[in-house]
Amino acid sequence: MYNFDYHRPASLAEAASALQGADEAKLLAGGQTLLATMKQRLASPSDLIDLSGVGELKGISVEGDSLVIGAMTTHAEVAKSDAVKGFCAALAKLAGGIGDPQVRHRGTIGGSIANADPAADYPAALLGLGATVVTDKREIPVDSFFTGLFETALEEGEIVTKVRFPKPQRAGYAKFANPASRYAIVGVFVSQGPGGVRVAVTGAGPSAFRVAEMEQALAGNFSPDAIAGISVPSSGLNSDIHASADYRAHLVNVMARRAVESAS
Amino acid sequence: MPSVTMKVNGKEVTADVEPRTLLVEFLRQNLALTGTHVGCDTSQCGACVVLVDGNSVKSCTMLAMQADGDEVTTIEGLANGELHPVQAAFKEHHGLQCGFCTPGMVMSAVDLLSKNAKPSESEIRHWLEGNFCRCTGYHNIVKAIQSAAERMSA
Repeated sequence: MYNFDYHRPASLAEAASALQGADEAKLLAGGQTLLATMKQRLASPSDLIDLSGVGELKGISVEGDSLVIGAMTTHAEVAKSDAVKGFCAALAKLAGGIGDPQVRHRGTIGGSIANADPAADYPAALLGLGATVVTDKREIPVDSFFTGLFETALEEGEIVTKVRFPKPQRAGYAKFANPASRYAIVGVFVSQGPGGVRVAVTGAGPSAFRVAEMEQALAGNFSPDAIAGISVPSSGLNSDIHASADYRAHLVNVMARRAVESAS
Repeated sequence: MPSVTMKVNGKEVTADVEPRTLLVEFLRQNLALTGTHVGCDTSQCGACVVLVDGNSVKSCTMLAMQADGDEVTTIEGLANGELHPVQAAFKEHHGLQCGFCTPGMVMSAVDLLSKNAKPSESEIRHWLEGNFCRCTGYHNIVKAIQSAAERMSA
């Protein structure tokens, strides 16, 4: 790991100005991806701005019909939160299945979505629930947030502050996990709510995506049978030593049916 | 170089470190607490697990600076004149062979039992997803943790 200057601001305003004042600064959330990337020298920021001291980025609250999770809230905190379990049990379950306990004690929701790993769990939850990403500058609807492989709509110097989820009537998540890393080879999040049915897939493509055909079928009949015959094309899907594109396409249907079956 | 201060095994320590210093490097090199091991150095194997403010973390994937102001417990901080019940149970049930993964296993188990005093076998196995042992097949590790749980809640 190349050396860098370390900053731990106490407020969002301080973090934003530290970010602007540095050459090639990066924000440090839980560090569970960034530090590993820096060890491999795939990233070599001039400055790291550790957000752990910014109190306004932490915490979980229910505000009206929405659940709000601060960007620096860890996966372990989301997984064990009664507020989250009561609002959307599938979201708590998803957080509790990320990585391993030690990773969940450090990794954060803001870090996960800003990184936008194609195999991360949270992108499926945000897309599958129709969440809104709130930054220090604006609000971004999730449908325009994940733009590609490790790419998001975040602009230079923009800081994710929280994520707001609308309340679903029911939701479910099913993941076919890589047995070593617990990353999703394919994960599917489904929900039915005021905005209709949403089906979001992670792990299969360069970034999380929705399956419109499944959403239409489930809107008429929210059951696994309704989507049994709907497959996604394998062209453009990820293919690696863990799973071919064809196998991932197959898994999308299997995980989608399991997610619908588990929805509550 | 910036200065970092933390409480390690109950004792406050302060040192000047390069910002890139990992917590595990700080523990092993600055404090000579070599019970915490570095296995994979990629946050998969769990040999480096320590407690930070009561939560188990992988100290190879955390900067020493990130632990500034925190309380850190390493394997050296468990025994208090006699072995911690989890350590004693690992010994009694032969929950190790080469011993390389053991400090991380024990620290993970201590964290589990602080959060779930009577875990099921399945809960123990799932909790150990981030701790690799290449000798034992985990069977006696799980037995040791079950036995420690019984002893500690008795």
